[in-house]
Amino acid sequence: MTGLLHQTLSGLATGGIYASLALALVMVYRATRQINFAQGEMATFSTYVALTLIQAGLPYWIAFAATLLFSFVMGVALERLLLRKLADHSGLGTVGVAIGLLLIFNALSGWLFGFTEKGFPSPFEGAGGGALLGGMLSRHEVGMTGVTLLVLGLVYCFFRFTRLGLAMRAAAANPDSSRLVGIRVGWTLALGWGLAAALGAVAGIMVAPIVFLDPNMMLGILLYAFAGALLGGADNPAGAVIGGFAVGVIENLGGAYLVGTDLKLTLALVIITVVLVLRPAGLFGRAVVARV
Amino acid sequence: MIGMPGLMRLLGIAALVACGFLFSGYHLFQLAQTAVYAVAIMGLVVVTGTTGQVSLGHGAFYAVGAYATAILMTNFGWPFWATLPVAGIACAALGFAVGLPALRLSGSYLALVTFALAVAVPQMLRAKALEQLTGGVQGIVVTAPDVPFGLPLSQDQYLYLVTLAVAVLMFAFAHNILRGRTWRAMVALRDQPLAAEAAGIDIARIKTRAFAISALFTGIAGALAAIIVQFVAPDSFQPQLSIALFVGLVVGGAGSLAGAVIGAAFVEFAPLLAEQVNKNAPGVFYGALLVAILFVMPGGVAGGFRRLIAGFQWRRHKPPSMLAKQQGGTAHAE
Repeated sequence: MTGLLHQTLSGLATGGIYASLALALVMVYRATRQINFAQGEMATFSTYVALTLIQAGLPYWIAFAATLLFSFVMGVALERLLLRKLADHSGLGTVGVAIGLLLIFNALSGWLFGFTEKGFPSPFEGAGGGALLGGMLSRHEVGMTGVTLLVLGLVYCFFRFTRLGLAMRAAAANPDSSRLVGIRVGWTLALGWGLAAALGAVAGIMVAPIVFLDPNMMLGILLYAFAGALLGGADNPAGAVIGGFAVGVIENLGGAYLVGTDLKLTLALVIITVVLVLRPAGLFGRAVVARV
Repeated sequence: MIGMPGLMRLLGIAALVACGFLFSGYHLFQLAQTAVYAVAIMGLVVVTGTTGQVSLGHGAFYAVGAYATAILMTNFGWPFWATLPVAGIACAALGFAVGLPALRLSGSYLALVTFALAVAVPQMLRAKALEQLTGGVQGIVVTAPDVPFGLPLSQDQYLYLVTLAVAVLMFAFAHNILRGRTWRAMVALRDQPLAAEAAGIDIARIKTRAFAISALFTGIAGALAAIIVQFVAPDSFQPQLSIALFVGLVVGGAGSLAGAVIGAAFVEFAPLLAEQVNKNAPGVFYGALLVAILFVMPGGVAGGFRRLIAGFQWRRHKPPSMLAKQQGGTAHAE
């Protein structure tokens, strides 16, 4: 029983990482109907930037904030300079550009920072180290969950209580009408990309102490985030967050009791396929009905 | 009577056969590998041409085809030629199973599911449960078929010619599919899905069938790869393979089979060239080129050539020219 509780809690902790990345994916998808396959590699790149800043002697949280800012600007710049210029909106065009970015960021990470696995410092495992909650979770897992929840809460407040958040929701829901009431829809898309990149950076920085940092660090995590986003509903940010946590738990329990660790990625494939077969709109999404 | 295009094709095939005697060793292997990639990318041309969506997971079918051949030849002692249909059909079945859930929905779900497939398959091949069959991390060493009937060929030459023959057959097969009535109908379905659905046509089934055929192509490519590389292991089929095939599709041009051949040559030779500049350059180069081509030359190299030949008629914002022509044709028929 303790084992089950332990697996569930640690599943929730990694689930937070999937939830952040899933939310980033949904943010882009809602606004542009585009699956950003490069989201994971962008996050890895941001994590390397954070590590470089920390190694340069900056205090952890200042490096953290600076990385978020850098990622935000990077996301905005990518949307403004690249994606909005793309004329070909077919699957080939949008997926192709995302894959191009994936390749570029992956190779840049390796090129600039090296291919060897690197350790990443955790701000939570200071002097009084040791596990918490009766040995269930490491200090880093608890701290990571806290940070993830805080960031998700901030994102929620931003969309719920600020005018800019409202404008972004409006632009995603109905771009034409939003334009008519004076919202600059193009900029809200760029803002969405920026926020998504920053969220990805949080996920990358938080998970790096656990999985170690290398250029392919986020590939598996991105897959779980896809599964989470789809499970919750590709159209529903809150759903994606819940889906992310759920996938974390499913992955951990499945890995421990069902398929073993060497088929964990297959589990993500199974979740994606099952959701598409049984409930393509996800648990909390609305089915898309086209008006003819 | 053989017309001009037919004559050109025969000359082309003769030149490729001659290459088998002009080159040797590693260069011959590279040519064979190019032919294999061409068959694999033809599979991608079939998906993108018929469904308008892209697959990021054809490396998985390539792997399954390669393993099917390796397992049947090594564990069961089958001759190589007999494993080809099995590899193809196994991949077609897998393609059907994976494609159906994604293709009955509109949107980019196919890219998502196939991406997951590409990431998951190497791990499955490594899994302990299948180790008896797949050889686990070690993989399987394949003994290539010997030169039959005492033909005066070296083993390398024989393998190259076998690969070439299968590639030419698959090219002809793909050509017939793409020119045939059914495919034109599929293009009509792709472009006017609502009208087709209203007429009672099960679009999802037809698209899935196209995807299964495309998986068959790539599975056969994998089977060929198993005998020319003479070794299969999970690490040869990482997600990067799927992405490389996709890059080949875009670079060559998604609208034509000639594009598949050009793309295959790119996939085989470009990384070697880029590596001479810098060890890490291929990734950046691949990515930047992919983005640049999508912006500047959406029809790929083949599409670009076609435009050039068509009298420098640069039509902007049009899909690859072959598709455009056929779309025009089918639009009239509606």
